[in-house]
Amino acid sequence: MEKRVVFSKLGLPILLVAPQIVITLVFFIWPASQALYQSLLLEDAFGLKSQFVWLDNFIALFSDPHYLNSFARTVVFSAATAGLSLGVALFLAAMADRVLKGATAYRTLIVWPYAVAPAVAGVLWFFMFNPSIGILAYLLKGLGYDWNHYLDGTDAMMLVILAASWKQVSYNFLFFLAGLQAIPRSLVEAAAIDGARPFKRFWTIVFPLLSPTAFFLLVVNIVYAFFDTFGIVHATTSGGPAQSTTILVYKVFNDGFIGLDLGGSAAQSVVLMAVVITLTVFQFRYIERKVAY
Amino acid sequence: MKPKFLPIAVGATMAVGYAGSALAATEIQWWHAMGGKLGEKVVEIAEGFNASQSDYKVTPVYKGNYTETMTAAIAAFRAKQQPHIVQVFEVGTASMMAAKGAIYPVYQMMADAGEAFDPKDYLASVTGYYTDTDGNMLSMPFNSSTPVLYYNKTAFEKAGIAGPPTTWPEVEAAAKKAQAAGYPCGFTTGWQSWVQIENFSAWHNLSIGTKANGFAGSDTEFVFNSPDHVKHIGQLAEWQKSKVFDYGGRRSESAPKFYGQECVMYMNSSAAYAGVKANAKEFEFGVSALPHWADVGSAPQNTIIGGATLWVLQGHDAEDYKAAAKFFSYLSSAEVQADWHQFTGYLPITTAAYELTASQGFYEKNPGTDVAIQQMTGKAPTENSKGLRFGNFVQIRDIINEELEAIWGGSKSAQEGLDDAVSRGNALLRKFEAATGG
Repeated sequence: MEKRVVFSKLGLPILLVAPQIVITLVFFIWPASQALYQSLLLEDAFGLKSQFVWLDNFIALFSDPHYLNSFARTVVFSAATAGLSLGVALFLAAMADRVLKGATAYRTLIVWPYAVAPAVAGVLWFFMFNPSIGILAYLLKGLGYDWNHYLDGTDAMMLVILAASWKQVSYNFLFFLAGLQAIPRSLVEAAAIDGARPFKRFWTIVFPLLSPTAFFLLVVNIVYAFFDTFGIVHATTSGGPAQSTTILVYKVFNDGFIGLDLGGSAAQSVVLMAVVITLTVFQFRYIERKVAY
Repeated sequence: MKPKFLPIAVGATMAVGYAGSALAATEIQWWHAMGGKLGEKVVEIAEGFNASQSDYKVTPVYKGNYTETMTAAIAAFRAKQQPHIVQVFEVGTASMMAAKGAIYPVYQMMADAGEAFDPKDYLASVTGYYTDTDGNMLSMPFNSSTPVLYYNKTAFEKAGIAGPPTTWPEVEAAAKKAQAAGYPCGFTTGWQSWVQIENFSAWHNLSIGTKANGFAGSDTEFVFNSPDHVKHIGQLAEWQKSKVFDYGGRRSESAPKFYGQECVMYMNSSAAYAGVKANAKEFEFGVSALPHWADVGSAPQNTIIGGATLWVLQGHDAEDYKAAAKFFSYLSSAEVQADWHQFTGYLPITTAAYELTASQGFYEKNPGTDVAIQQMTGKAPTENSKGLRFGNFVQIRDIINEELEAIWGGSKSAQEGLDDAVSRGNALLRKFEAATGG
């Protein structure tokens, strides 16, 4: 008798995939379709009056120069956050991979920040950089730099990027470290015998072998920077000064949950969703080709 | 009372419900936004009411800051789980008033419940903000404050400054003297839109918006880019360069500048009194009226309030509303109000509470605590100083914050920044008008 690799009846496979499908429907398809519908409405906060306004919310968004500006800011913020957190995590992982004594302690310490809630991370950095009472702002003043993220947009942007990437370094570190440890020692040792220097070994052997991990993390980090960072912005700068840290997702949160403009906020979240879907498709089509599995 | 959980079936779509058993006393929910010491005081008030009788029970629930509490109550209303009473800050007033089917006007509830209630007992400058065009009080004032000037007495003595400044040129002179004496900054402000735009306007009898600041209709438009406003904001921007004025954040983040003796003057809510008192450890401080420009408008007029009121939401039993009415009577009794006023620095909402506090000698023992009351009640309010009623004002304050920050940072002139704030604000006013049907 030959072994069959397909299910003989339909019942079991459906049962096996059902939980995943239900979760996707309930936690993604349903809310996303609600957002889509909501984005076509003009409603008062209590939901007492509701008008169908077609694409008015979108037209209002795209005729607002401040909204268009926040696209550019979001690109800067996301690229810097993803770049910084991936870079630092890779560096730390490469170092931790070579540590012999106390490796567990190092790893545990580096993983800690991931357990911190975004808003708490924001508050932490907010205090350290507070122009009046912050220790880091004080040290910078000693070096001759007058740090003031209340007035200077660049300082504020650096603050939110630092806070957002600091939190994400731990996550990236875990994956990079696991990826590094899966690379066979023999390959690296062979290269060493052939006379390749540590940097050369890393760049020509380790990094290509790490590319699946790096690609996965790139996607995750971009999604994180686009969607998950409003808590940090809210706790540190509230989008200011003068909108210099108002990234797209913060505006969604602020207009919807603070301003109670549900239609406008839903329209923004639909735009944001479209941007991230496009980005992810792009990443899978063009960057994934360079990944060696 | 134990919640009884229904068996939970497999699947994420199943709702979890629990049934509560009936209670002897009618229980009502009060959602509030008072954290820390103020929150403890709120619980004390509710417990005081619960102990004073046995038919009704008020349960206070802390829901986060003002915006979070309001958002939570609205979300709860949409899900038909609304509390009976919710504390809403003053800028949410227009949104609440427009929600006609959602709110139960206080004057009406008091009448329906047969509870004695006379709007004249309350301070006119407080209730004016929450009264409709027919003179009916729609919500119950709870915590109201107004901005005042805090100054560092010790620093003033060191720098040889005679007394608290009453005009803006005097503020500049005092700031420069303090800077010469080694203090890095003259003054800072909390809640810049509230203090430097909204209250600046009322204090100088200037309009913020047309239609009596929105009281006479939602087809109002902003006018706070007048030459007088531009002059004031332009002057602050000029002072920012030399740190006569130093910006320190949108809400009260600037407080450490005053506590740490970086700035010798600080403009913020009269309710910041407790905080200043607790943190001003190394120096003596004083409280004084907001400064004014002698040549602008008819200053000083009167200032307007900030803070919050209690709104009653529709959708509960008549018996529940009786409980709410009884609770409001208790809350506005002179004893409870006087205690709240003295403890927090918020204004007393009734004349009786003010008189009781005065007769107890509180103002003599705590000089400066009556500045806010005098500032509010010194003159009969005009159309410009009664308050303001603009829809979407939470978002509009953000816009004003953004544009002011651009002005302080130097990327826009005062004229450009205020013009942009007015035009962006007007767009949101039109949106509110459309959403609420005029």
